[in-house]
Amino acid sequence: MLLEVRSLCLSYGKREVVHNLSFTVDKGECLCVVGGNGSGKSTLLRTLLGLQKATCGEVVLGEGLSHKGIGYLPQAMAAQADFPALAREVIRSGLLGSKGLRPWYTNAERQYADNAAEVMRITNLLNRPFRDLSGGQQRRVLLARAFCATRSLLLLDEPAAGLDAASAEELSLCLERIRKEEGVAILLVTHDPADVLRHADRILTLSTDSTLWDIEEVVRT
Amino acid sequence: MMDSLLSYWEIPLFRYALFGGVLVALCAALLGTTLVLRRFSMIGDGLSHIGFGALAAASVANVLPMAVAIPVMIAAAFLLLRGSAQGKLRGDAAVALMSTTCLAAGMILTYLGGGTNVDLMNYLFGSIFSLSQKDLWLAIALASLVLPCYGLLYHRIFAVTFDEPFARATGVQAGAFQFATAVFTALTIVLGMRLTGTLLISCLLVFPTLSAMRINGSFFGVTLISAAIGVGCFLLGFVLACLYPGGLPAGASIVAVNAAAFSICAGAGEIVRRRRAHH
Ligand SMILES: Nc1ncnc2c1ncn2[C@@H]1O[C@H](COP(=O)(O)OP(=O)(O)O)[C@@H](O)[C@H]1O
Ligand SMILES: [Mg+2]
Repeated sequence: MLLEVRSLCLSYGKREVVHNLSFTVDKGECLCVVGGNGSGKSTLLRTLLGLQKATCGEVVLGEGLSHKGIGYLPQAMAAQADFPALAREVIRSGLLGSKGLRPWYTNAERQYADNAAEVMRITNLLNRPFRDLSGGQQRRVLLARAFCATRSLLLLDEPAAGLDAASAEELSLCLERIRKEEGVAILLVTHDPADVLRHADRILTLSTDSTLWDIEEVVRT
Repeated sequence: MMDSLLSYWEIPLFRYALFGGVLVALCAALLGTTLVLRRFSMIGDGLSHIGFGALAAASVANVLPMAVAIPVMIAAAFLLLRGSAQGKLRGDAAVALMSTTCLAAGMILTYLGGGTNVDLMNYLFGSIFSLSQKDLWLAIALASLVLPCYGLLYHRIFAVTFDEPFARATGVQAGAFQFATAVFTALTIVLGMRLTGTLLISCLLVFPTLSAMRINGSFFGVTLISAAIGVGCFLLGFVLACLYPGGLPAGASIVAVNAAAFSICAGAGEIVRRRRAHH
């Protein structure tokens, strides 16, 4: 078991978003989180990362896993159109959690970042400015950054939102490689039924009514 | 020309201005990179007006100006940075409100305290040769804080600037960062106010980064280039102001050189982009 959520409640002020939620994430599995806008998917992810406090219940991390060791792809940030940063610089920033206070990256860390780029098939983009990349390429760079931060668990908040079919397919292939070749578990927030069918081992459904949530196994024949 | 520069060199105030200015321009360019990229460009301008109000209050109350201005500005910087980071106040509007109010308060206080005070006029329009030896020591202290911090925390600064939620998820203490940025920015502005004046201070913070962004696409490159542009433009503007027959106001001359550098960088960046699109 990588992560266990026990009777978790999440709220903003008096408004409860999620009530008494319990589930686990196991090694190497893919848990898809679905639900309408405002059902608390992003809030749940931020709580699992330790960025937000739960009002009750707890998040128990499995052995050897810390908040810092979870890879995170935030919901499409309002990416600044002109931010100067190379794809390589962005990917390497995923290593920060494990680097400590050492002000430079070791060869092994650089290699690790380059390998993450290889898994996402973006080695040829490493020296390109992030701002010049297409939306799909940017998303794969951010996925590589998240992948650098973890060896066991990725939290992805709507990674394919706003991408065209071809870019979404490339991203899906990346997710498959991450799971099958690298054995990393994924908690995937998505609105796309095709994504769910393709990746999910289990599905967590949240709803705007905080007490109504449901977790189900996907049976593949 | 060399002769007249050499004769200036003999004057202690010239040397204080030169060294102090280079250090402040360097710190401002480095801090400016994260401020501009996090969309806090107006904060420099707003803070300097707040500083003006604080200084006016200090001179009316007859207490040491810096002793009032520095703590007030650190507090204001922290509130402004945190407020706009949390999205609680519409950044630009809040800055505009605060800065005009403080400017007006400063003017009124100055007027009530006995008309135009020469020192306050200097703060408004800058008078680089009013830098004292004490100011130079302050500038050296500031640089010896900012430069090592920037070097040691460079990767974290990049992460927080590029994507704060992600940086926090990897364990970067964003709150501590905000505080450090606020303190350094406030100190840089207090010192920079003497160089270009309250009205033009944001130029030292904002121009070098904006220029560097036009011609380079990497964070590391932009950091280095903006530091170089900041120092280079300061030196050029300063020397021009000294050598121009009859003299020029140094603050305005530094800003003009920065503006020229920006136009050149923007033009060069545009040409490179057109070329690339052509291929
Ligand atoms: N910072 C916030 N302050 C107050 N309410 C918030 C905040 N962030 C989100 N909410 C509310 O919490 C609910 C869940 O939001 P979110 O987790 O973003 O949903 P989802 O990601 O499923 O669309 C929404 O109703 C939203 O309005
Ligand atoms: Mg969301």
